[in-house]
Amino acid sequence: MKSFVFPEFEIIRDEEKCGQCRGCERQCAFGTHTYDPVADRLISDNYKCVGCQRCVIFCPKDAIVVRPTQSFYRPNASWSREKLEDLKKQAETGGVILTGCGTDKQFRIYWDHIVLNASQVTNPSIDPLREPMELRTFLGAKPDLMDISAKDGDVEIKTSLSPNLMVETPILFSAMSYGAISYNAFRSLATAACKSGTYFNTGEGGLPQEMRDEFGRCAIVQVASGRFGIDAEYLNCAQAVEIKVGQGAKPGIGGHLPGEKVSAAVAQTRMIPMGTDAISPAPHHDIYSIEDLSMLIFALKEATNYEKPISVKIAAVHNFAAIASGIVRAGADIIAIDGLRGGTGAAPKAIRDNVGIPIELAISSLDRRLRNEGIRNRCSIIAAGGIRCSSDVIKAIALGADAVYIGSAALIAMGCTLCQKCYTGKCNWGICTQDPRLSGRLNVDIASQRLSNLITAWSHEISEMLGGMGINALESLRGNRDHLRGVGLYEWELDVLGIKGAGE
Amino acid sequence: MPRIRRELYNKEICACSIFGAMNRDSERFTGAGVMKAIANMHVRGNGLGGGFAAYGIYPQYEDYYAFHLMFTGRSVAAKLSAKKELDAFLCQKFDVVYDEEIPHGDEATVSDPPLVWRYFVLPKKQGEDSLLSDEDYIVSNVMLVNTRIENANVFSSGKNMGCFKGVGYPEDIGVYFMLDKLYSAYAWTAHGRFPTNTQAWWGGAHPFGLLDTTIVHNGEISSYGTNRWYLEMYGYACTLQTDTEVIAYAADLLMRRQKLPIEIVAKILAPPIWNAIDQMNETEKKLLTTLRMVYAPLLMNGPFAIIIGQTGRMIGLTDRIRLRPITAATRGEMFYLSSEEASIRLISPQLDRVWTPNGGEPVVGELNSMRKVLQ
Repeated sequence: MKSFVFPEFEIIRDEEKCGQCRGCERQCAFGTHTYDPVADRLISDNYKCVGCQRCVIFCPKDAIVVRPTQSFYRPNASWSREKLEDLKKQAETGGVILTGCGTDKQFRIYWDHIVLNASQVTNPSIDPLREPMELRTFLGAKPDLMDISAKDGDVEIKTSLSPNLMVETPILFSAMSYGAISYNAFRSLATAACKSGTYFNTGEGGLPQEMRDEFGRCAIVQVASGRFGIDAEYLNCAQAVEIKVGQGAKPGIGGHLPGEKVSAAVAQTRMIPMGTDAISPAPHHDIYSIEDLSMLIFALKEATNYEKPISVKIAAVHNFAAIASGIVRAGADIIAIDGLRGGTGAAPKAIRDNVGIPIELAISSLDRRLRNEGIRNRCSIIAAGGIRCSSDVIKAIALGADAVYIGSAALIAMGCTLCQKCYTGKCNWGICTQDPRLSGRLNVDIASQRLSNLITAWSHEISEMLGGMGINALESLRGNRDHLRGVGLYEWELDVLGIKGAGE
Repeated sequence: MPRIRRELYNKEICACSIFGAMNRDSERFTGAGVMKAIANMHVRGNGLGGGFAAYGIYPQYEDYYAFHLMFTGRSVAAKLSAKKELDAFLCQKFDVVYDEEIPHGDEATVSDPPLVWRYFVLPKKQGEDSLLSDEDYIVSNVMLVNTRIENANVFSSGKNMGCFKGVGYPEDIGVYFMLDKLYSAYAWTAHGRFPTNTQAWWGGAHPFGLLDTTIVHNGEISSYGTNRWYLEMYGYACTLQTDTEVIAYAADLLMRRQKLPIEIVAKILAPPIWNAIDQMNETEKKLLTTLRMVYAPLLMNGPFAIIIGQTGRMIGLTDRIRLRPITAATRGEMFYLSSEEASIRLISPQLDRVWTPNGGEPVVGELNSMRKVLQ
């Protein structure tokens, strides 16, 4: 059937500059560029281009420009180009439109409507280059009070404490499974987490055997509805266990790793036959209620001898705050909430772009809910989904999060350009693929260096902003909405965020 | 479901002078010296607030809780109506053994004074309340009055002690309440205020007190929002539009309810930095790490120097990087704390010892005992 969809991108090649080295041809897994030996020139097929910019960056002669196509349908405010094309594609295939990465739709980004405070006169700002600035954070349940006996200067702690994760900076790598991402990308995240004093999350695809000794100390292992790769050693080699209930990019639905991506190593790690589809059901089939979740939480605590905090990750949906409160009462030590703009390796576009609520509003309402119930100290909140820079992190913390997960930001640090073709398994950047030719492009040393540089840079910026507010420990900013003001927001939005408008 | 309104609270920002004097032999002395000392730091205030806390002033009523109340309002009628409502509440919840208007001098020295009254009471616990300790009962009822009864504010609620405060320079407030003539105490703390962002009102002056714990505070608490939500979880309503009350409530929570010693409390309010903790021996490291982990929301960040008054003791503490220093001194049985050494020298030119404690290091003066903790 002839497709009625025209190309998204057009490729402009400067024939003067092009040296016919065929680098672009090798770089593109989508087969966009081909060499014509007769004419001794490279030919590009706009229809195949996904706009990932790999060939542009790696062209030694800087001869290629990839830009959105000039072609257009008659402009129509209701029928945007995307709506038209999606419809045409479905008419041609009868299928669900798949996509990757977080939603690119114009939902209000509250981070960009919140401004931070700074000290003037009455309270000295602190220079982080000269004074200590503390970002260390503990994630897990804290007791309501401590029983301490003090006798002649000898102090003894009588309260038994829940296990906590200590991070040197409140930024953790979000769950991205081996299988969805390449071994090199996975290992780069692990390496950078250990180097930067933080944690990476294995996602639902298990933790390869040979990585357990070295990287278990900075791993959070996930237990998802597919239960891939789970055994006692997997749970116990890590520092925390996370039950994945939902994901911000696709709340309410499961996951599907196509058989093509299930290589021998992936199959071994996931404990499934090679080449079979790895399907994570939409719900956990042993969790149909909050008491079922509680049983799983305590089963995992039993399995790990009550030595690891248990996290529960849910997508931020309409009444999630009440659900999260139930999850805390069910025994979770950490609640990870993933907002509307959270990323994914594959999701139906209709779900990604229409389900869930923005993370900024979610953090604030969850923090408030737990405070009102007097159980805020019984869990930590990790916020995920749409954290793009250090100021997003600091605003998340002032709204009530204990730390953040970054997923897309980490992938971008490794080279990702958010082309949204993760689900094809042909990632030219070697991140979201199991093709050894492609994944070999990602050098673990370089990628992990880029990731730890990112953590270092953000931590510096967070310290700088914190010092400006006259605060020298991050814990004094947690839930401290007094340091935030809203600009260009409606009253109801300020109410939900719990912040004043600028100038108020 | 009704929409939850956002928290439009106001944090007060102020610079101030603080002073404290204590006789460790329990000999009582009038407020004259303290008034002279705080007046010497006149320029640290701007006339928008001053106050005193005095310990040991009501020996004849030492077994009763002394409530100091102010009734505000634009007219005399408004003040009396608030008092009427309060009286009805008190009669229901307490046995009032004696009450009177707190005597005061010439009103020309202060502006717009409220009606200030004192009640000596015993708890009259009924029903479920009988399970509460006397102190918890007092705290919850003080919170009730301060949040529910308009124009009535309990600003002092301990035994054998009292706060006196208002809008004006502290020396004027002292004269107004005749502290140099009518009262003698074994310990006095004083405060001169320089608020920059709140309208002056009598309830906003220092000291802040709950039961017998009072706080005078110089500085700004940048962590106010964080401290506040944590304390609200434990039932403390922050109503006074000031950051100082969070210190009073934190002190109450940690010292009275959780019974932690002051050395530990100091390490919670102004903990050592992680770099220092990481160098310590295993026992200390474990203790301080645990304290910082559990009580992170009670870390008081930003510049502060405070004097905490309690029955039998007076504690000085500064923030952990000492952005607002405090001077401590002793002379015989006298123990002094002050924003400036000159004020101490003014009333006691000869001193046995004068020092500036390190950031986060509490200085504790107790009746008949004096120690410098964790030296």
